[in-house]
Order: sequence, then structure tokens, then C-alpha cells
Amino acid sequence: MQLIQPIKVQQLIDKLKDQELYVHIEQTTGAYAAHMDSSKHPASSFLTNARIRYSHGAISGNGPYRVGLKMTHGWVYSEGLTHYEDMETERLILAGHDSQGKLIVALQLSPKPF
Amino acid sequence: MMEQRILVVLPHPDDEAFGLSGTLAMHIHNGAQVTYACLTLGEMGRNMGIPPFATRVTLPAIRKMELESSCQAIGIQDLRLLGFHDKMIEFEDQNVLDTRIGELLKELNPSLVVTFYPGYSVHPDHDACGAAVIRTVGKLPASERPVVHCLAFSRDHEQAIGKPDVHYDVRAFLKQKVASIESHRSQFQAAELLGKNELSQQELEARFGTERFWTYRYPS
Repeated sequence: MQLIQPIKVQQLIDKLKDQELYVHIEQTTGAYAAHMDSSKHPASSFLTNARIRYSHGAISGNGPYRVGLKMTHGWVYSEGLTHYEDMETERLILAGHDSQGKLIVALQLSPKPF
Repeated sequence: MMEQRILVVLPHPDDEAFGLSGTLAMHIHNGAQVTYACLTLGEMGRNMGIPPFATRVTLPAIRKMELESSCQAIGIQDLRLLGFHDKMIEFEDQNVLDTRIGELLKELNPSLVVTFYPGYSVHPDHDACGAAVIRTVGKLPASERPVVHCLAFSRDHEQAIGKPDVHYDVRAFLKQKVASIESHRSQFQAAELLGKNELSQQELEARFGTERFWTYRYPS
């Protein structure tokens, strides 16, 4: 994973629009959040391999970045993205890592299931 | 105590590293055969290395290799990857879980089973894994049940289940234990765990030299 280069990510977002895709979207504090610090409220969600299609999408911000994808009946939104996989040409692999390197958010799109 | 055949059932690659690897290396040194049934590949883990070298997509394959390397370091002869999905153990069909564990008990007839203490092991997968093992062993006639040793580390767990009744001095097996921990490169580079500076032998022994377990007591 490399630090996000918004131009490269925008190119991939544009390349993947208007087609059937599989999405993985996730946000997590980790299961140990309250074990380490009882004032923390552990929360997480993920959704893997739901099928979506978007007509328009953009990356925004100065880092950490936000991504929004506009679908016929709604939106996909992710905030806190810091890294992307620069070796991928057919899939978009985005993640947000905190100061300790732990993943806290992920957004992935692919024509094939993850 | 000499153990001949040990079955370890834990949900994530690396669950063996801190609490158990020294004990396993010791039992293996004394001639035990160890089967480690790992329920998932830890594919939902948050640690990706520092700086991140894994991704959500590559993490399962990386963690599988790390687990194999850890098992080799400990000397574990038999690793079984059961293929359940990380974070989903508590939602899994209990019959499916219990059947897989029951098959292993039948095949291996272990004298000792090691898992997490259900309810006192922090991560929902740990608790659900331990509960499945306790349930499945509990279905055996009392005279046929293997001893079950549990790991526990939740806040205030000793208030509920008392102090651990099994302590192993694993100082002679710290080389294997440290190699097991270091095998999980994507998970344990963090300074929070091994410290930023190389630990002295004395510090290593103080931090990692004793492993503790609770023998699970079935109501009679």
C-alpha cells in the first residue's frame, strides 16, 4: 500500500464507473478498543461483496481523504482514507490507517468478488 | 505432567503466540503430538504491518504463511485450517462448529485440549470459540473427556473465575516463543508489544517466562 495519490485514485474511480462491481466497505475500532481503554465504545461494520454500480464518483480532501460514489438510488461514502494499492489496475483498494498503522476504514471495488 | 496428544482450538493465527507457544514447545520437547485447529485466517485483522505491507485483499494469505511459520518455530506437527470467517464465529451455525470440533476430538482422542475461556477472553471470536469447545467436550461422557485448559485475559476475569490453577515455567522455551511471536510480522511489529528496544534475557523472562491456564471444571 502507498499513501494515496488523489489523481491516481480518481482515474481508477472513473475507470470503474457504470459497471457492475463488488464492494467491500468497512469501518472498525477493533474488538479490543474497550479492553485497552474503557472510555472507548467499540463499533464496527462491514459489508462484503454486495453488488453496486455507480454513475459518478470522486475523491476529495487533503488527506486523510473522502470518497463518494453516486448510485441510482443512493451513495457510498467513506472518510479517513490514507492508503491505496498502487499495483492494482482493475480494482480499487483503499484503506485508512491510524497513527499506529491499524486499519480503521476500507473501501474496495472490483469487477470480481473479493 | 506428560501430555501425549494435544488439541489446540483457537480462532485466529497469532492467538497461540503470547499465551501458549512456550507451553506447546515444552510439551513437544517432552514428546507430545500437537494439532492446532485454527478456525479462521484472521482476515479481518486491523494490523497490516508498519508501514502497512498487507491489504484487506492480501491479508489472509499473508497470515496463513505467518501461522505456518509460527507452527514451525514451536514444532507443532499438525496444523488444521478450518476455514471459518474471521469475526463471524459467534454468528456461525453452532452445529457446524461443534461438528467440526467433535470430529477432531474423535479422530485425535487428545489427552489435553487448549482453548479460550468462554466469557473471559475479550474478543467475541475467542469467547465463541471457547464456548464451542466447552460445549463439544461437554457432550462426551465425563469419563471420556480430555482435560481442557483455558486462556483468559478479560478485565477483572480473576474476580469471576479465580486465579489460574496451571502455571508453566517456559523460560527454557523462550527462543521458540519469541520466534512464534516474530512470525506474525503483520500483527506484532507494534512497539506496544515487544517494545522499541531489544529486550534483555532477564526482561524477556519476566514478561514471557510464565504461561497460565484455567482448567475448565464441568459441573458434576
